[in-house]
Amino acid sequence: MNAAKQAFLKRIDDALHNPQMRRNFRKAMDGIRSKRAEQFIDDDVLQLKRDKARIIRTNSLSKQAELLEKLEARLTQNGIQVHWAETAQQANEIIYQLLNAAGAKTAVKGKSMVSEETELNHYLQQRGIEVIESDLGEYIIQLAKEPPSHIVAPAIHKNRIEVAELFQQFHPDIPYTEDINQLTATARQVLRERFATADAGISGVNFAVAETGTLCLVENEGNGRLSTSAPDIHIAITGIEKVVEKFSDVPPLLDILTKSATGQPITTYFNMISRPRQPGEKDGPKQVHLVLLDNGRSRIGHDAELLDTLRCIRCGACINHCPVYVHVGGHAYGNVYPGPIGIVLEPQRLGIEQAGALTSACTLCGACGEVCPVRIPLPALISRLRAETVNAQQGMASDNTLSGKGKLRTHSEALSWKLWSWLNRNPLVYKGFTRLATRMRFAAPSIPGWSRYRTSPKPAPQSLKEMLKQNGLRENL
Amino acid sequence: MSDHVYFYGTCLIDLYYPNAGMASIKLLQDSGVNVIYPPAQSCCGQPAYNSGYRDEALDVVAAQLGLFSENIPLVVPSASCADMIKNHWPSLFEHHALAGQAQAIASRTYELTEFLVNVLQFKAQDLGEPIQVAVHSSCSALRKMQVAVHINSLLKQLKNVEVIEHEYKTECCGFGGTFAIKQADISGAMVEAKTTHLQNTGASRVISQDCGCLMNIGGALQKQQSRMQTQHIAEFLLERCS
Repeated sequence: MNAAKQAFLKRIDDALHNPQMRRNFRKAMDGIRSKRAEQFIDDDVLQLKRDKARIIRTNSLSKQAELLEKLEARLTQNGIQVHWAETAQQANEIIYQLLNAAGAKTAVKGKSMVSEETELNHYLQQRGIEVIESDLGEYIIQLAKEPPSHIVAPAIHKNRIEVAELFQQFHPDIPYTEDINQLTATARQVLRERFATADAGISGVNFAVAETGTLCLVENEGNGRLSTSAPDIHIAITGIEKVVEKFSDVPPLLDILTKSATGQPITTYFNMISRPRQPGEKDGPKQVHLVLLDNGRSRIGHDAELLDTLRCIRCGACINHCPVYVHVGGHAYGNVYPGPIGIVLEPQRLGIEQAGALTSACTLCGACGEVCPVRIPLPALISRLRAETVNAQQGMASDNTLSGKGKLRTHSEALSWKLWSWLNRNPLVYKGFTRLATRMRFAAPSIPGWSRYRTSPKPAPQSLKEMLKQNGLRENL
Repeated sequence: MSDHVYFYGTCLIDLYYPNAGMASIKLLQDSGVNVIYPPAQSCCGQPAYNSGYRDEALDVVAAQLGLFSENIPLVVPSASCADMIKNHWPSLFEHHALAGQAQAIASRTYELTEFLVNVLQFKAQDLGEPIQVAVHSSCSALRKMQVAVHINSLLKQLKNVEVIEHEYKTECCGFGGTFAIKQADISGAMVEAKTTHLQNTGASRVISQDCGCLMNIGGALQKQQSRMQTQHIAEFLLERCS
């Protein structure tokens, strides 16, 4: 078995044997699902909003090259320096160089999934720069030395008691409490100090507006605002697909993003960053940089079907509604992006060999596709990628779009589908098989895996075909 | 020929649930429909298609397209197979010589309850004793074919049948075809949750439009030695009305 697949199955097994974590996910997902539902009571309105958001994102992607050029020009005019990174490694290098040149030793960070993609914290810490996550969830998992388990709510796998124990370990001078408000107050107190003293701020970007050269940042805690305005240097990092054409594209996207993500009509903070501190101004960063990362995105954009992946606005609604995610949680997926969007994105980003096995963790139930605010056909893309994992010869994506096509194909599975196909397209063979299966019904083999949780099905004494034959039902018009 | 329909028996019903197939045909016939069953049919191709083996699925479907060439409805007593035929055959045969045939069949494909309610305006007369049931709507019925509403409207016609709602009723039961084998433990966790919620209703039976879900849920209930039974909607309707 492919090593990544084996590791994946092991993580799933661990997750399924962690009842506390499973309860945490069930409770959290139930809450977030019902909050979202409350925001979309009128289904007709929701469908119109989804159409609008899809059109905006599709439009942005279709003009992406042009919009990125425009974005760079506007940002530069505004005094924001733009840097292009082809790979995760390049993005990390650029950020390190910028910090180094500014003499920065500490950086306070707002939430950014793209920085998880590049493993930025690790890279900077290895080079002597201290990075402090300032989003409460990110702060919690940084203390616990864990990766995010969700793209919007990174510490959602922990309940308040687990957080209380973690805080006690790291802040022994503050009295132990399980009260959420007091825990939050502790984090606030610790982080305020960091905002005031950090040399640099690092953040992600939700929408980068080409028309005006504006970086939009959606957040709830004010940590994004402080990270991007208190230190002398602010470095934003984002994927190239986050560009949108016009300023007027932002409100519809923001509206459906926050409602889909956390069930909020709007987040507590919405930041629009358009320039560094100007002469005469008393605050704000002296330098603002934007690192635009490709990391395989252009490659994805070359495939007419897979291109839809890039519409994603990272709301996490697909994750919240996934019946598999709710049982196994985010860490089981083992990569940066969990849940349905991860199943679609990670094999494209990392290749089939490393991430193709993710495609097996889906029942194709369609719940994700139903809630996606930009109508990404997630089930169809998962099905497509499944085909790519086993089909080397005539896979649909060209080799440079998707690496490792067909790498999960095994002879035994391929052979069993060949047999299945032969059986089902030759009526005489099929008839012989069903006759045998019905006559030997009590000898029906138990199905591995299946029979751990269920009795194995027994064929009926007589097949429908046989019954109908005896019945004399008309066979053709 | 408007009173004729093709019947697609599905591989699962053929081998494991022929009574659901017989009941479906009886309901159609009792409504004055002439049912035609081309015996060379087998499987809609979904198992291979969903497992990524699209060429194998295509070969199986291609061998059957000619069986359903007349311009009459194709009725399928399973939402997931109906979804495969209606929504995936056309894309499976895109750029293929048989694309036109696949498209034509897709356009006249109906899931059984959809056909009973929308086309036949089926009227049920309940002759049975009072009973409480739970309804499991498959993901295909709910989200892909959007026909879950019909099983409910049919059950509503049965005056002695009380449908008890269960928690998480729109969440997948964990079947997912080969998913139940490839990710057996996740599937097991899902069906465990589903059977718990179904049993919490106290109903004596679970009724569904899909035999895949019934095999999953029924197998789990049996393994747990539950008294709760599973039944396809066609068999249930026939039982209540005769």
